[in-house]
Formats: sequence, C-alpha cells, structure tokens
Amino acid sequence: MTSIQAALKNELERDSFWKGLNLFDWLWSIVIVVSTAYAYTNYAPLMDVYEKVILVASSVSLIVLGWHWKAIRQLSLSVFVLSLFGISRYVNGLADAEVDFFLRFLVSSQSAIMWMSALYVLATVTYFTAFIMRSDFTAKVASAMTWSATTMGFVGLMVRWRESYLIGLDVGHIPVSNLYEVFILFSIITALLYLFYERRYQTRVLGGFVLLVISAAVAFLLWYTFDRQAADIQPLVPALKSYWMKIHVPANFIGYGAFALAAMVAVAYLIRFNAEKGDSKSLAMTLPELDVLDDLMYKSIALGFAFFTLATILGALWAAEAWGGYWSWDPKETWALIVWLNYAAWLHMRLTKGWRGKPMAAWAIVGLFVTLFAFLGVNMFLSGLHSYGEL
Amino acid sequence: MYKQSAEPLKKPKKSAVWLNFLGSMNLAITLLLALSIASIIGTVLQQNQPYTDYVIKFGPFWFEIFQQLGLYDVYSASWFLLILFFLVVSTSTCVYRNAPGMLREMREYRQSIQLETLQKMPNSFSWQLKRSLDEVQQVAQQILPHNGFSARTTVTGSFRLVAGMKGAGSRLGYVLTHVAIVLICIGGLIDGNAILKAKEMLGQIVPETENIPANEVPMISRLGLDNLSFRGSVSVPEGSQSNVLFINYKEGYLVQGLPFSIEVKDFRIEHYASGQPKSFESDLLLHDPRLAEPLEQTISVNHPLIYDGYSIYQASFSDGGSNLELQAWPLSGGDNQQQTLNVTVGDDVQINLAAQPWVLETSDFRLFNINPSQDPAKKFQNVGPSVQFKMRDKTGAAKEFLNYMLPIERAGAYYYLSGVRSSPAEEFRYLYIPMDEAGGLGRFNTFLRLLNDQDVLQKVVAKQGILDQPLPTKDSAQFNQAMLKLVELFMQEGIDGVMSQVDKNVPVEKREEVAQLYVRVLQQILGAVYVEVLADEGVDTSLGIDEKKAAFFDDASAAIGAITRYGSPVYFQLVNFEHKQASGLQIAKAPGKFLVYPGCAMLILGVFLMFYAPQQRLWLRLQETKEGVSIVFAGHSERNGLDFAGQFRQIQAQFERVLTT
Repeated sequence: MTSIQAALKNELERDSFWKGLNLFDWLWSIVIVVSTAYAYTNYAPLMDVYEKVILVASSVSLIVLGWHWKAIRQLSLSVFVLSLFGISRYVNGLADAEVDFFLRFLVSSQSAIMWMSALYVLATVTYFTAFIMRSDFTAKVASAMTWSATTMGFVGLMVRWRESYLIGLDVGHIPVSNLYEVFILFSIITALLYLFYERRYQTRVLGGFVLLVISAAVAFLLWYTFDRQAADIQPLVPALKSYWMKIHVPANFIGYGAFALAAMVAVAYLIRFNAEKGDSKSLAMTLPELDVLDDLMYKSIALGFAFFTLATILGALWAAEAWGGYWSWDPKETWALIVWLNYAAWLHMRLTKGWRGKPMAAWAIVGLFVTLFAFLGVNMFLSGLHSYGEL
Repeated sequence: MYKQSAEPLKKPKKSAVWLNFLGSMNLAITLLLALSIASIIGTVLQQNQPYTDYVIKFGPFWFEIFQQLGLYDVYSASWFLLILFFLVVSTSTCVYRNAPGMLREMREYRQSIQLETLQKMPNSFSWQLKRSLDEVQQVAQQILPHNGFSARTTVTGSFRLVAGMKGAGSRLGYVLTHVAIVLICIGGLIDGNAILKAKEMLGQIVPETENIPANEVPMISRLGLDNLSFRGSVSVPEGSQSNVLFINYKEGYLVQGLPFSIEVKDFRIEHYASGQPKSFESDLLLHDPRLAEPLEQTISVNHPLIYDGYSIYQASFSDGGSNLELQAWPLSGGDNQQQTLNVTVGDDVQINLAAQPWVLETSDFRLFNINPSQDPAKKFQNVGPSVQFKMRDKTGAAKEFLNYMLPIERAGAYYYLSGVRSSPAEEFRYLYIPMDEAGGLGRFNTFLRLLNDQDVLQKVVAKQGILDQPLPTKDSAQFNQAMLKLVELFMQEGIDGVMSQVDKNVPVEKREEVAQLYVRVLQQILGAVYVEVLADEGVDTSLGIDEKKAAFFDDASAAIGAITRYGSPVYFQLVNFEHKQASGLQIAKAPGKFLVYPGCAMLILGVFLMFYAPQQRLWLRLQETKEGVSIVFAGHSERNGLDFAGQFRQIQAQFERVLTT
C-alpha cells in the first residue's frame, strides 16, 4: 500500500459519522430506546397504529436530534424528570396544587409557566446587557436562562396535560387547544429555534432581539392569565376532538416561530446595515456580518415556510373531516393563505430574482405583522369557524 | 459576432412573446399579491350574508356597486376566478418552460465545463503536486462520494475531469411544487361553484327565494345527479329521511337531488360534567336501491360517513317537531278559562284568546339550557327545557316569547320565567311570575282572577275603610267607586297607566302626594284581595302571613304591574313534551380532491426537497504537467452559499491531507 492510499484510507475513516459518536451519544440512544420499549410494553394496548408509529418515529428523531444537537438531551431529560416529578406530586387530585410545596412553587403547570415567563424576560434583559457590555460571560448566562425558561415551559405544558385528565377523564386533552396554551407553545418553539441557530452560528448577540418577541408573547400571556382567567382548563368543543389537532397546531407554531425569528434577525440586519455607513466601532458593528444575517433570515423563512405549508395542508385535511370541505374561505384559512402567499413571494424574489439586503429585511418584518394578524388579529376582529381562541 | 451580422435579427414570434409574458416572474408575483389583496377583502367584508344586511350597512348606492363587483361572495366572483385562472396559466407556463431543463440538470454532470469557468467560481482552488494523474483521480473518485457527491470522470487528451453532484432533489422539488399548485388550483376550481355560476349565467338555473317545501320547488331551482361537486345541508328529523339537500346560493337556495336517501334514526348530544357539549352524534341509515340492505352508521363531528364519493357530516342540530303540551293561563280579564293546547314545533296554530284570534307559531324547543351559573363553584348550570314561540295578533304583528318549563331560583324564591321581545335583534326581557307553595301557578292565577272580578273588588272595598285618615269631602260610595276605577286602571294599563293618569289630571305640585296615595290604596286593595286568595286556599290569616307569602304578594304585584307590557293575553306554561330532534347534516361531493390531495402531497415533498436538498456541484480538473499534476478544484451551489463555502473548505482540506502527505 502506497503512502497515499494509507492517507486516503485514514481520511475516509476519520470523518465516519458512526465513529464520531462518543460514549454519551450511545448512552443517550440507549436511554431513549429503553424508555420507548417501556412505554410500548406498558401502553401498547391503549394505542392505535398511528400512535405506535408516532412513538417509534419520535424516539428515532429524538436520538438523531440528540446526536446532532447535544443540548437537546439535557433539555429532554430535565423536562422528563421535572414533569414526572410534578405529576407524581398530584396524589389527591387537583387541589394538591394549592397544598403541596413543590407544586405550589415549582412544578404545577401554573407555577412552571410563571417560572418560564420570568426567566424569558430576565433572559431578554441579560442578553441586551451582554450586548451592550460586550460580555461573553453575561451572554452565556442569558443562554442558560433561555434554556431553563424553555425547560419550564415544556414542564408546564406536560403537567397541564396531566392536570386536564385530573379534571375528568373525558376532559383530558393535549394542551394546544386555546390561545393561552399556544402562546406558551409559540414562546418555547421560537426560543428553541433561536437556540439552535445560536449554536450553529456561534453568536449570542442576536439573543436579545429574538427574545424581545418572546417577552412580548409572555406579556400577552400574563395579561391573558390575570385579566381573563385564561389559564383555566376547559373541555374541548366537539369540533376540536380530533387527532389532527395534535399535529396541525404544533406544525403551525414552528412556522409562526420561524417567521418571528426571521423578522427579528431582519431588525438586527437593518441596524447593522445602517451602522456600516458610520463608525466602525459602534455597538451595532458587533452584530454578525450582513451576509450571515441574510443567510439566517433566509433559512428561518425557508424553515417557517416549509412547516407552514405542512400545517396549512394538515389543516385542510382536518377541515375536510370536520367541516365538510377542505377549504371554506374561513377568515383564518384565508389569512393563512395570505401569509403563505406573502412568504412565497418573498422566497421567489430571493431565489429567482436574487433580491438581497435591505428590502428583503424590511419585507421580513412586514411579514411578521401579516403573520401576527393571521395568528391574533383574525381572532380579535373577524368571526368565523376558528373561534377557539377568542379574546 | 459574425453570425449575428450575417443573419439579421429575427423578430421574435408572437407566441414566444406571450410565453415570455405568461411565464414571467413579474406576472407571477403580481398574481400572488392580487390574490392576497382579494382574499383580504373577503375576510374584512363578511361573506354571503343576507342582502338586506348589506343594504343596511352600506346604503342602497354602495350596496349596488359592491354587488356588481361581487364583493359579497368574493371567492366565486368572476374576477377572482380570473386571477386564479391566470395563476394556473402562469405557473403552467413556468413549469412548461423550465421543467425540461430542470430535469436535464438533475442528470447532467456538466462534464464539458471550461477551465476559465472553474477558476472564476467563488469556490475555487488550485494545486501543483508531484503526483501521478491516476493517483489523484483515484483519490478524487473516493473523496467525492465520501462527501455525498456522486462522481463521473471524463478523460480528454491530456486532462481529466472528475465531476461530482449532489442534491438533485431540489430540481425535482421545483417541478413538484409548481405542478402541485396547478393541480390544487384546478381541483379547487372544480369544487368551487364556478360551474354553478356558469349555469346561472346561461339561465339554466335560478335560485329559489321562497321558503317552500322541497317537493314544491320548481325544476329550474333543482340540480340533478349530474352536478359534479356541491356542498349543501339538510335538516332531517329523527325517524324521517331525505333524498335532497339545500345549497345556499346568493339570496336563495337550490335543491340538490341525491341517489340515495338518508334516514336519521336518533340524534344525541352528550355533555361534560360541567355542562358544555361534548359530542353530537347521529345514527344514520342510508337507503340506496343499489344496496341489498340499508347502510347503518353513526356519525359525529370529525367522523363523517363517506359513501360513493359523498361525504355526510354532522353539522348542526335543531328541533325536529317536538310535541308540546302547553297550558294557557289567562293574564287579562274577561276569558278566564284555562286551556290546554297540543302543538308541534314548527307548526302554526290558530287560537281564540279573550275573544280575539291569535296565531301561535312555535319555533323551537330546547331540552337543555346551559347558562352561566351564579354559583361560583360551577361555571354552568342546566336550567331545563324551554319553548320559543311567536304570538301573532289579527293585525299580523308578533312578539316572540321564550318560556322556561321549570321554575328558576332568584334570591331564594322561585319564578316561572317568560322572555319577550319584539324583534330578533333585541334581548329578551323577562316576566317573573312567582311560584306558589304547591310549585304551580294556581295562586297567581286565582289572585289575577279575583282582581278582575268586580264582585270581589266591591266586597273588599266595601268591607273596610281603606284609608286610615278621615276623608276630606266626598262621600264613601263615590270614593269606593274611585278606588274600583283605580284598580281597573292598574289591571288594564299597569302601574305606568296609573302614573300617566296622575300626570294628566293632577297639578304638578300635588302629583307626588297623589301618586303616593294611589300606590298606597292599590297596595291595600291588592293586599285585601290577596287575603281573599289565601282564604280561598284555606290559609288562616288572622295572625298575619309568613314571610314567604308576603314575598309572593310583592312579586305577584310586580308581575301584574308588568303584564300590560307583556304582549300576550295568556302565559303558556310548558307542562309536557315529547322531544324530537332534527340532525343537521352537511353533504358534500368534491371530486376535485382527487387532484387537490395528491397536489398537497407533492407540495409538501417539493418544498422540503427544494430547501433541504440544494443542488451542489464539485469539479476536479487534472492536467498532466512536467512536474506532476496541476489540479483545479471548484464548486458551485444553487443556494445556501455560506454553508457551501464552509463545506468546500472542508473537502479541500481533505484533499490536502491526503495528497500532500
């Protein structure tokens, strides 16, 4: 074997994906496989074929996701442990939430969501402090806060899911059925998307911008909780009692979250764009370079568009089952179409006409307002079949 | 250069100009935006409302203009369909022009690429190595597949070209998404009411606007089995069946025939413990001459019955003609006979009340009324059955009533409630008739009867010196007469009538005094009559009456004072019912879905392919030189340039590690 062949062999083995997995990667997959097997053996009689497929598919995706994005493991494990802990503290029914110390202050869905809210707002402030102080350490603290907030958000939803069953077996349902619940979902999905890109692009300076949207969502959530008692768990109306809800709603919120992320990156883009004309040492110049921001904006919109397409189509299939037609020109549907057309036009401009820069950033921000109207405005100002999230 | 001058520039063909225009991105973007704006109009202006609503909202002038523009049904307006049509044409043209090239690109390795092109690429690198051509070629042929690129090698004279490619999927993604849009739009157009509109324009159909039974609707408003796609609804009472359904169309409706008939055996509503509805279900029997036996299935919201291309949904419910037993309690003097009426919801009944002809139109019966609870522990409470009806007098004017069957508690006492309103736009105002200790309306009725009985009143007035203070002038007989007049006025015109009488006859400065006097007198007479009522019942009132009976007196007096505004000569008490519901079914036929659904699948697949399988190309051009090999390594990516640049550097490093050791 010549030296070059040896070097080649070495090279081909060097980057082998499987060899790159370390002990923890394997440990992770074993944990997931064992838990999946446990869930399957104990609950298979309660599941239909779709649920079995979903169980297996989600465990496979969790393994792969955990290999590629290590932080997801800690998140999953913390959510898993805290949720189980929260559920286990409910012994005598819902009233325990007022009595039990841990439920009252940490892991009842209400408390967990309050923790989430507080941590997101704190993280926003910390990210901005880090940005202004140009402090890496502070930014890391902000990241840790965002992760913790996301964990508490997930725990809140998980425990809430259980709480709904404690009200009554026929009342129990996945917590994505009203405006209160989807706002939590929106916050954690947007945060997760941001955290993914934070690691991918190795920059924490965008944190404050993105978390600003999440803080706004949290503010709305708190107002909604205290002014309208929205946190009460209500049984599902017959139209929502469908498996489609479990996939239609989360897919939609991946879309909304990604569009929100894109818009905030666009804000950062415009700030940096204006700063480039002036002092090269200004604070705005610590933002990532325009190319990077542009790329991030595109990726985020592409991701959002893909999932929004998926969600809208899932919604159409559900409508065909529940309302007697896959498309009824209901205001919510129509606005989903408008959002879709808007981003379709954006993507065409960028990909085929090669538009870049300032106009695209401005358009991405306008896109967020269009999305916001589809998400909230329709419920506030227009009536129709989607009257579940009324304000 | 030469060629151009030798061959004069030809005028482009007309068809090519059209093709360019229709397939242009500018047209596509314009259409997308136009579609968005049209859609916004449709959400801001509520669609398909009764035309009278629009007239009220916009006034006759703008109503006419908006109607001409088709704004009341934007999504089937001709201009909206035209936009959709052009979107289909534009997208099709785009696919027609680009798809062949795209599909070729997927298989094409670009092995004829020029050296200069490679060197000019943003991702390009060159080496001079003392290696043999074969060695480098072998390395390239393994490194590229190792990074996910499939490779082809060409040998031309003194140089070799290893061309790699990955992510052909994005090209396929383009084709899939754009074909999907065309399919979805065409499917949607088939399932929309474009065909119906065309038929209407040709005068083949005319919507029926009168509310008449389905079998009396003329042929011009009927649609046969040849109608490809529709979505309509029909309300079928339990135990009945229907072989037609109704399609709302403009100001009227159309009758759609079905090749089978649908029978509703039973309709059920289930409730959660908190009172909110949990499920709506219908047991259906589908009778089709083509079937040996009727098809039996239970449908519920989210679980339709799909049969022979028809989908049958649980959409709503209503009363299906419940049989009700109503007891009429007279409220005015004269006719004091109680009568019992048997009515069916949905039917009109002629009755004579207090010597006047009336029409009783019973419109709805509800078994449950889930209302917000006053009890803070419970959100909702069920207040029991109710009946809704109109009472039309001989002039044709009608008031609408809502009567609850069970007495309803308010601050410890129980009342029979009857709501009344003059038009559907108003809220119901309620008459509270107090329940007697036996749980019925007997005492109230007796009270009312005695108050209208002149003999009783005479007796009561004569028996006692009603007023404590000595009378100023008139003799007592005249005064008794005045008191009887006062009671009569109160019974006929209520407390308002008494007050307006005071306003009319008494000087301003004395009004208050007189009014107080009248009220006191009335109270005393009413009280005295009430004592008679109790005596009738055999109650001993010599030691006064208990709190409950006193409260009853106050409530009854208040109710009697309000009767004149009630608008019906009787109070109908719902005493018995036989509940019969009707299930509201929506039946749809949408053959367009056989295009739309595959289109949706293609769209999802295409979108993900386009974004996540971008086409990337790498080239290694090897040229034998005196000292070894000269290598040009270049790469190109359709999108995600930033990511690709990083990947390119990684692969470049791999080559360097292997080749320069």
